[in-house]
Amino acid sequence: GRACLSYSEPRARDGRSEEKEEEEEEEGCYRLYPGHIPTSPLQKALLAAGSALMALYDPYRHDMVAVLGETTGCLALPNLRDKMKHHPEGYRILQERPRIRLSTLDTARLRGLPDGTLGREYVRFLEDNKVSPDTRMPPKFVDDEELAYVIQRYREVHDLMHTLLGMPTNMLGEVVVKWFEAVQTGLPMCVLGAAFGPVRLSARKLQVLATELVPWAIRSGRNASCILNVYYEQRWEQPVESLREEIGIFPPP
Amino acid sequence: AVGLWPCRALLARRGGALRALCGSVRGLAAEPETHFGFQTVTEAERREKIYKVFESVAEKYDVMNDSMTLGIHRVWKDILVHKMNPSPGTLLLDVAGGTGDIAFRFINYVRSVRERQLQRKLKHHQNLSWQEISESYQEDKSKSLGDSQVVVCDINKEMLKVGKQKAQHLGYSEGLSWVLGNAEELPFDDDKFDVYTIAFGIRNVTRIDLALQEAYRVLKPGGRFLCLEFSHVSNPLLSRLYDLYSFQVIPVLGEVIAGDWKSYQYLVESIRRFPPQEELKAMIEDAGFFKVDYQNLNLGIVAIHSGFKL
Repeated sequence: GRACLSYSEPRARDGRSEEKEEEEEEEGCYRLYPGHIPTSPLQKALLAAGSALMALYDPYRHDMVAVLGETTGCLALPNLRDKMKHHPEGYRILQERPRIRLSTLDTARLRGLPDGTLGREYVRFLEDNKVSPDTRMPPKFVDDEELAYVIQRYREVHDLMHTLLGMPTNMLGEVVVKWFEAVQTGLPMCVLGAAFGPVRLSARKLQVLATELVPWAIRSGRNASCILNVYYEQRWEQPVESLREEIGIFPPP
Repeated sequence: AVGLWPCRALLARRGGALRALCGSVRGLAAEPETHFGFQTVTEAERREKIYKVFESVAEKYDVMNDSMTLGIHRVWKDILVHKMNPSPGTLLLDVAGGTGDIAFRFINYVRSVRERQLQRKLKHHQNLSWQEISESYQEDKSKSLGDSQVVVCDINKEMLKVGKQKAQHLGYSEGLSWVLGNAEELPFDDDKFDVYTIAFGIRNVTRIDLALQEAYRVLKPGGRFLCLEFSHVSNPLLSRLYDLYSFQVIPVLGEVIAGDWKSYQYLVESIRRFPPQEELKAMIEDAGFFKVDYQNLNLGIVAIHSGFKL
């Protein structure tokens, strides 16, 4: 459900009696999910601005990108959630709430799958780029428990995006994925990342980006169905190419 | 969700009454309750939570102080040391001194006083006879600090670590030592120090009365107690602006700069929980100090309390 807003006024002024302390424990609004921090509209605005600046200043602050996504996603997230609700596979994902974590993935089995399958290529991607799905930030500032899951799912599916698009985790690869995700999700954080990410790239890379990669990413993003509506955990055996065709992603250049 | 609100409040109150009942039934077995920001916790829980807060913020402590106070905390600390007006030969104990801000200022102050002393001495020596000059060489070489010393005591290993690194980086070594210790139970003998300071630390002590008693114990007769801490703003307009800034901006700064919302939420809540000026003055008097007084800085956002062991 939705949380009430305005976590702003301090409760404790002078009273330190037991009763007052009990009331203060409520802290304005209660947490909707573990890790939830209720925030007022002003705090969200400040967080959005601050995280955007910090993410630009220090690109290694992935937590700031995450915070930016949460604080600016108030329109895009409900949109995504509705898309999921109206799709049979997406609906099932919302009901079952699967999580992609090293503890739940059977990496040995996935590694044993034939080359070209989603599972095999995903594990190869994780190993080649030395990343893990466990480093995704849990949401903190989303004031709706279901939307918090949606953004969590989006974060966990990000690595699968890399696999499907065939993009590495360097700056160039990340920017391309961001363009794709911006078209797909409409999340302002993706749009900003797509627009400002290239700032730190060399001229040569920028050229490749502008002439080949971005147009392809946009075309694919537009053509593809909603990437959150795919129950990836049930498709490890499916070949990547077949999945690409099914979703509507064009082959990478 | 809004409808659930009053039900929850009712349940909590009933829960509270039940807890109080259980507490009195358990009697001595019940743990004393205190506060952690706006939460109610046991004393043991509070000590542990506060330790974790400072362990987490240690690396970014100085950056955060500058951001939150827009650098004004430096002025507050300068004022504290000026008020102290230490002369060379002073032995200072800086409790909860973590990253060393007060200690370094103390050393700078004493060094400059000493320099002026030596310059005056040099001027005076211009007209001495050769005999007198050669005699002066046999005196002990004057130390740049004139035997002044500062002991920085902190309960948190991470804060001390950052402080030691800073000292090395800035070139402070002489007259400076670092001790791991608890303000409620100091690892020092009675009647040892000339001055005891605690800057932005006493708010995090769980038993303030014990810390004040310890301060009294380790000070020499004639010694001075100085406490620099956030206090209460009585001006209504400033109070509202201050609350707005504290609760809306500071946790955001904590999240953006240090990636840690919760520690800074605790910080602003703990300031609201701390006794106001007059109450703290009474507590200091209870510990045995005389001539206790306080000076408000920035209309009460911060206050310096002072007392003497006579």
